[in-house]
Amino acid sequence: MPKLIKDAKIIDNQWSMLEASDTPTDALIPAGNVIVPLNVWQSKKADLANRAGEIGVWLSSNEFAEELVDDVENLPLIALHFATFMDGRAFSTARLLRERFGFTGELRASGAIIRDQLCYLRRCGVNAFHFTDASINLEGALESLDDFSDGYQTSVEQKTPLFRRR
Amino acid sequence: MYIYDEHDYKILGERTTQFRKQTDRYLAGELKEEEFLPLRLQNGLYIQRLAPMLRVNVPYGMLNTTQLRKIAQVAREYDKGYVHVSTRQNIQFNWPELAEVPAILTELAAVEMHATQSSGSCLRNTTSDQFAGIAPDEVVDPRPYSEIIRQWSSFHPEFAFLPRKFKIAVSGAESDRAAIRVHDIGLQLVTNTDGEVGFKVLVGGGLGRTPVIGSVIREFLPEVHLISYLDAILRIYNQLGRRDNKYKARIKILVKAMGADKFAAKVEQEWAHIKDGLSTLTQEEIENAKNAFSTPAYAELDDAQTTLDQQTAEQPAFGKWLSRNVHPHRVSGYAAVTLSLKPTGVAPGDITDSQLEAIADLADDYSFAEARTTHEQNIVLGDVKQSDLFELWKKAKAKGFATPNIGTLTDMICCPGGDFCSLANAKSLPIAEAIQRQFDDLDYLYDLGNLDLNISGCMNACGHHHIGHIGILGVDKKGEEFYQVQLGGNAGTDTSLGKVLGPAFGADDVPQVMQRIIDTFVAKRVDGEQFIETYRRIGMAPFKEQVYAKAD
Repeated sequence: MPKLIKDAKIIDNQWSMLEASDTPTDALIPAGNVIVPLNVWQSKKADLANRAGEIGVWLSSNEFAEELVDDVENLPLIALHFATFMDGRAFSTARLLRERFGFTGELRASGAIIRDQLCYLRRCGVNAFHFTDASINLEGALESLDDFSDGYQTSVEQKTPLFRRR
Repeated sequence: MYIYDEHDYKILGERTTQFRKQTDRYLAGELKEEEFLPLRLQNGLYIQRLAPMLRVNVPYGMLNTTQLRKIAQVAREYDKGYVHVSTRQNIQFNWPELAEVPAILTELAAVEMHATQSSGSCLRNTTSDQFAGIAPDEVVDPRPYSEIIRQWSSFHPEFAFLPRKFKIAVSGAESDRAAIRVHDIGLQLVTNTDGEVGFKVLVGGGLGRTPVIGSVIREFLPEVHLISYLDAILRIYNQLGRRDNKYKARIKILVKAMGADKFAAKVEQEWAHIKDGLSTLTQEEIENAKNAFSTPAYAELDDAQTTLDQQTAEQPAFGKWLSRNVHPHRVSGYAAVTLSLKPTGVAPGDITDSQLEAIADLADDYSFAEARTTHEQNIVLGDVKQSDLFELWKKAKAKGFATPNIGTLTDMICCPGGDFCSLANAKSLPIAEAIQRQFDDLDYLYDLGNLDLNISGCMNACGHHHIGHIGILGVDKKGEEFYQVQLGGNAGTDTSLGKVLGPAFGADDVPQVMQRIIDTFVAKRVDGEQFIETYRRIGMAPFKEQVYAKAD
């Protein structure tokens, strides 16, 4: 089974991801734990109500946290999908989901992320990391999670900025 | 000057370790070229035309003599024995080996220096006024706030992958020496009617291929809210800045597209959510930051004008240096001195290891062991006793940085250009030198008065050509190097952007073109006007006419 990093451990990936669709109403949603694109979620929310707990939603970089403001309480998982690791919009989305909208479920970064982003992503509230590139050495990636033991700023991990702790 | 505590050392140490491992992975083939690229950029490392270039931050331009000597040592041991002072007050090494960069960064970290985020699409080094803390026209010292911003911007987890680079400048004086109107964010320290300290906030200024003067989005931001307000601006930019076209990715394009009012409203809306949180600065933090820049132990002195006049009478050359390279100080009996890094024949801003050490010695002897880099690519000794000026002049002269040309035509700003930079369309250094040789008569230069000549080798505008009174831009026309001339730009409080004079010139013609521009100015000038004043009065036409006139 494909692996990922969650809460600083390497575990089996229990979720499948449904690809983006131009015709979301026609999308066929497989059984089991599925992460669906935002537009599928929006068009089929009512149908999916009976599958609570096994439906997560993924956002592409141009879809912001506000889109899920009514759903954060019920969703077990939100994934932030990186088409390229250089697109940093999801770093803001992650913080907003955690800090402003109170999302407490699994917040997953997926796609073209690189291990050197893990430490910052964790500070922004991401707790699971799924690399599209299956050849990534996850043990090595785990090390990068701890590149920094402290930061100057307020973050999801450490709300009190350093200047208040000196 | 700010002194690191154990937290600063720990975080910076972790950063150097991180980059050492990243470099190892890259050299071992475990990290792809395109993935290593932003990581090395965020540690200051460009791959240039001939070799890597390492840009080391000089936060708000302040250096102590330990740091100066360390830079000299690194230049000698890891490089070719010289460095370059950039137009953003930073220090650049031109020839380091990639594999040795982690070792260089470790050396620098030991003296509280770093290359963190000195390039790449992230928050860059914050720059300020080279006369901060000493200028007579200063309202509030910008350095404590610049240091607070340095810490906030360093390793900010949310803003490491912005659409494009992001530069902040802070000024605390009436006269803007930090070019805050052409930065992504410009902060002007002000006091309100109740005497409270705060910031006037400008956004969306910038040079490059689309030069724009920044817009004020807030007239008064109380100082305690500095961080949360910056977070709000950056968050809006991170989310909405364009990422589809790197030439349209700077915040100036976003602000222009939305309109400054709408952008301001967006920021205010975001800020309302995060204002008054834990990022709100405490009085204690502000005090701590201020104490880090406490006043040095000035002696109680009277102004030494009589002595200086006497020395000038004996040595007229000293008088010339006094009038151009020495600046007023808010404490009586003291002065600030600019050491010119622009003698003819040397690339503007270049300085050797032994010169760095000589400056360190001078700073130890005459200026409380501190020096400052300037965005005009010179070095300032900020706190010199007026009674020491004569001695300092003699020593500086012997070392080659007492060229009395500060503020004149030959004190030009110039990027490294096509000789070094892989972005450049044309060489800039030979142009600078040819102009310096054309105008080698100092008395003539003094008569011309204050004249900013800024030269960039490409439209990325590292040489700030848009805001020179005369700007020169290197352009490429079918593989040949040409130079476009602009007139009427101005840095400072009444910033203006230059306008193109006309068709570009070949390199050989530039000195003669400059001569015709200057001759026109001299002919049209009234009552000791400065160049920019004459230009603003008479406009472009007379210059154009003379420069492009057919020879009879």
